[in-house]
Amino acid sequence: MEDIIYNQLSYPILTWSVFLPLIGALVLLFMRNAHVVRWTALLFTIATFIVSLPLLNNFDKSTHKMQFVEIHEWIPTWDIKYFVGIDGISILFLFLTTLLSILCVLVSWKAIETKTKEFYMAILTMEAGMLGVFVSLDFFLFYIFWEAMLIPMFILIGVWGGQNRVYASIKFFLYTLVGSVLMLVGIIVLYFYGGRTLDILALSEIQYPVKMQFWLFLAFFAAFAVKVPMFPVHTWLPDAHTEAPTAGSVILAGVLIKMGAYGFLRFSIPMLPDATLIFVKPILILSIIAIVYGALVCFAQKDFKRLIAYSSVSHMGFVTLGLFALNTQGVEGGILQMLNHGIITGAMFLMIGIIYERTHTRVIADYGGFAKLVPLYAGFFIILTFASIGLPGTNGFIGEFLIIFGAFKARMIWGVLAATGIILGAGYMLWLYQRIFFQDARTDYEATGAHPVSDINVREVITILPLIVFIFWIGVHPDTFLSYMHSSVENLIKNLNMTTSYAEYENMLVKNIMELF
Amino acid sequence: MKYALIPLLPFIAFVLNIVFGRNYIKDRAHWIAVPAVFGSFVLAVSAFTDVLSGNVININLYSWITSGDFHVTVGFLIDQLSAIMLIVVTSISTLIFIYSIGYMHGDGGYYRFFAYLSLFVFSMLVLVMANNFLLMYFGWEAVGLCSYFLIGFWFHKKSAADAGKKAFIVNRFGDFGFGLGVILIFLTFGSLDYMQVFGQAGSLLGQTIDLFGYDVDLATLICLLLFCGAVGKSAQIPLHVWLPDAMEGPTPVSALIHAATMVTAGVFMVARCNPLFNMSEIAMNTVAIVGGVTAIFAATIALVQNDIKRVIAYSTVSQLGYMFLALGVGAYSAGIFHLYTHAYFKALLFLGSGSVIHALHHAKHDDEQNMQKMGGLRKHMPLTYRVFIIATLSITGIPFLAGFFSKDEILWRAFLGGELGRFLWLLGTIAALLTAFYSWRLIYLTFHGSYRGGEGQEQHIHESPKVITVPLMFLAFGAIFAGYVGIPPLFVEHGDKIGEFLAPVLGHPEGHGTHVQEFFVMGASIFVALAGWIVAYTMYLKKTDLPQKIGSLFKPIHTLLFNKYYIDELYSRSIVQPVLKASDKIILAFDTYVIEGIVNGLPNLIGLFSRKFRTVQTGFLANYGLVMAFGVLCIIGYMIFVR
Repeated sequence: MEDIIYNQLSYPILTWSVFLPLIGALVLLFMRNAHVVRWTALLFTIATFIVSLPLLNNFDKSTHKMQFVEIHEWIPTWDIKYFVGIDGISILFLFLTTLLSILCVLVSWKAIETKTKEFYMAILTMEAGMLGVFVSLDFFLFYIFWEAMLIPMFILIGVWGGQNRVYASIKFFLYTLVGSVLMLVGIIVLYFYGGRTLDILALSEIQYPVKMQFWLFLAFFAAFAVKVPMFPVHTWLPDAHTEAPTAGSVILAGVLIKMGAYGFLRFSIPMLPDATLIFVKPILILSIIAIVYGALVCFAQKDFKRLIAYSSVSHMGFVTLGLFALNTQGVEGGILQMLNHGIITGAMFLMIGIIYERTHTRVIADYGGFAKLVPLYAGFFIILTFASIGLPGTNGFIGEFLIIFGAFKARMIWGVLAATGIILGAGYMLWLYQRIFFQDARTDYEATGAHPVSDINVREVITILPLIVFIFWIGVHPDTFLSYMHSSVENLIKNLNMTTSYAEYENMLVKNIMELF
Repeated sequence: MKYALIPLLPFIAFVLNIVFGRNYIKDRAHWIAVPAVFGSFVLAVSAFTDVLSGNVININLYSWITSGDFHVTVGFLIDQLSAIMLIVVTSISTLIFIYSIGYMHGDGGYYRFFAYLSLFVFSMLVLVMANNFLLMYFGWEAVGLCSYFLIGFWFHKKSAADAGKKAFIVNRFGDFGFGLGVILIFLTFGSLDYMQVFGQAGSLLGQTIDLFGYDVDLATLICLLLFCGAVGKSAQIPLHVWLPDAMEGPTPVSALIHAATMVTAGVFMVARCNPLFNMSEIAMNTVAIVGGVTAIFAATIALVQNDIKRVIAYSTVSQLGYMFLALGVGAYSAGIFHLYTHAYFKALLFLGSGSVIHALHHAKHDDEQNMQKMGGLRKHMPLTYRVFIIATLSITGIPFLAGFFSKDEILWRAFLGGELGRFLWLLGTIAALLTAFYSWRLIYLTFHGSYRGGEGQEQHIHESPKVITVPLMFLAFGAIFAGYVGIPPLFVEHGDKIGEFLAPVLGHPEGHGTHVQEFFVMGASIFVALAGWIVAYTMYLKKTDLPQKIGSLFKPIHTLLFNKYYIDELYSRSIVQPVLKASDKIILAFDTYVIEGIVNGLPNLIGLFSRKFRTVQTGFLANYGLVMAFGVLCIIGYMIFVR
């Protein structure tokens, strides 16, 4: 057990971070007044954020080992432990989750009028689930959190969603469940093969036979690809995003869909290195398709929110491309881009929620001229637009550049194809911006008309501002964030043990399939 | 370190104006922006003198991106080349900022205008001062962003919003190549720092790279990728289409961004990368040919346009072509020299036309940029007229104004550049003829003859206020005298000061010719300049019915030129429409019907099966008995016959 560093702080920081929101949810249970509920929820999300902050300070960047580790026996018969810890890959997501949760509470302040208590309970449970996934180092614990996230999200969409919410929520649930069940099978196989342990670190040490890796990879891939979502299993995403309440969309885009990519990083790549190399080519092809396809679909969208949802498909294509470029720049770019996408698209959905509260429409054609009506809002939105396009100086650039760099380095063609996504991205985002904000406004939205549209207020500015700060922070000084992941990523790449050239791995799939049957 | 303030001052002005402009600063925005940019100018002059005394400043501020073996810093390099660019950018910016006080007076977005303009100056200065490729790329994209904001400044107009978007997206096509070029440079040299990359440029010789199965010369590939970016930013064929549309922006923007500074970034970049370009003859020839062809191509379009700003815009495209022609034949310093003189006379032309538009706007002219609706403005705007004449003399290459020296240098260098060079010289000389014609046509249509606008407007046309005309006079001074730093050795021994100054960065051009040849080249360009002038004089001042006649005589050609060779239509049909159609008709349909069809079809299929299968359970004992008996029979049969 020299591969871990036990928690050195005076209190179990990870446990507190994960369970504080859950305690909050329990506290809410005994409340009646909606206003008190809001404040309590806000308080708990902020408290969680503050509790988790020392992680960033006390994190040892020089090692890839798991840190802040806590281990307790749980179900000894099956060697199930309460085992949590973080490394350079997960720490930033913890931080992203706690930050976005606060903003989700803030943005729902006025938007959620019915069943307020239940809503905030769902948000807090959700937060606990997501944090749990990122810190779990025991498969059993991991799987519990993984599935536990589903339920509050299902409820969020199904209860507080838009008109088509029931369809969207069931679709979301079934889609992800099918994937997770296959993953469960994979976990059980690992359990028996790995000497009846569910310790993720221990299981990562074992060399599995190639044939077994092949099938395990597919099982895990099913769960993670749906979550990312990769083409062609992405169609739950637009529906879920569009129908979800603002806070739901923010969590979905910000954290939930990162789980898939996180799974690749935590399980698929380190545990199944041979299978990873076998599947590199198809995954890269799917990533490229996602980038181009997701972008092209955006051109045809008539719904504001749906467009941003599809743009997520394109952006997540970049992420998986970077991860499976399997070099330092690609993987670090991929991780950073996951963070970036959480920030940018999270902020986008916040903004859409803010304007939806005023206009009650998501149809792009209903907008126009909003730069004049809501100039401050337009100003914030242009920052997000250009961050999404990947303009240098914003976080989007750093992520996309590193990913394209990594892909190009792995093999030129991947980099070249991915870069086309940047042209398309500029196309649909600027066109969207023009249709929403430029030209003349519809008369009934004029401030004097029937539906006065007011500019963004102080609470909303507070909601959006932290994300804007991070957009520029990461854009101007990305080393703050990249430095956390160097050791872990370096270790990940090293363990892949790539002996032959990248191009040869791409041709391994056919050979291996032939051998398998 | 104080030189870090050169870009930072305008940036501070931007932040103050964008944050506090709307509610607090309002129409006092220039009190922040103008001193900031003037401060940059003063510092730039100081940097220039520093470089003049032999110092080259190269400092790294901080580490920007580190990832594995990839590392890039934020740092500045002020050498001879960037020192000249700094002077050009900051001096012209200062004048145009002052001009804008008058021009934009009373506009609702006054603070916004100065904010964007300041941001632009910041970005341009970063582009120029960067000491590595990625930071240059930062500036490169950021100027594109500002261009987007400023073209679409009057965003309530659809045409303006469209033009801004078009500029950004067309440039993205170029940046696609540029970005990949930057990556390839890192993978080749292991660094993006200019000094390190250029120091190893020699190692490129003979290296090839596998590109989709073909062996390609590495130097050529890198240079052509970089050149893609230059083609976009500097509006060369085939990515020139955005620049004429960019005239939707306010005129000071056209002068600063779309004439004097941003569009010359491509020229600057190629000159900066000259150690790389020197390694590839193919790339050099490509640069030269694209430049030469663009020079003449854009000039032909300018012949028949009626919008005053569009004529000047095409003229800019054409002059940028000259600069690339120079770079392509290896005369880097001649290209930069023309960049520098062009900045003054072209800014002057734009600001002069702005002065005209400003005056007509105040006279309630409804078509204020149409030259066919102007005429006779000479007597109402004598000062504007005079500076316009100076700019025109300069651009057409009349001795001994600024444009003469730089243009002559380019043509002379082209002439010396072998067979291809001779051909390009011919193109350049013909383009000079066309330039003279359209430039004087503009003058005669605008300032001579009688007023052709609406009734009752003429008495309201007045000369523009001092805040507009004083910057014009400064620029006119530049348009006359800027060329005296590059007098050909033919006239004055060591007269080519700028060439010698730039030599440490750009090297010395090759090729030598006789004095006779040089006089011939010079004579030819003076001859065509006068010829174009005389033709325009005849057509638009003496026999004013001639243009009409010639136009109808060569109807198809006129239509072709007037419609800009239908390039916009071509792109619309071949790229824009197909993408939109494909996304709607193919991709979205695929998403909704095929993928969703399968996703939703699976539960339906299960439902269907279960409905059919359900009927098996009839509830009749006899049925069950029958099936059971059949089953038993099967098993017995299997036992007996198969085993």
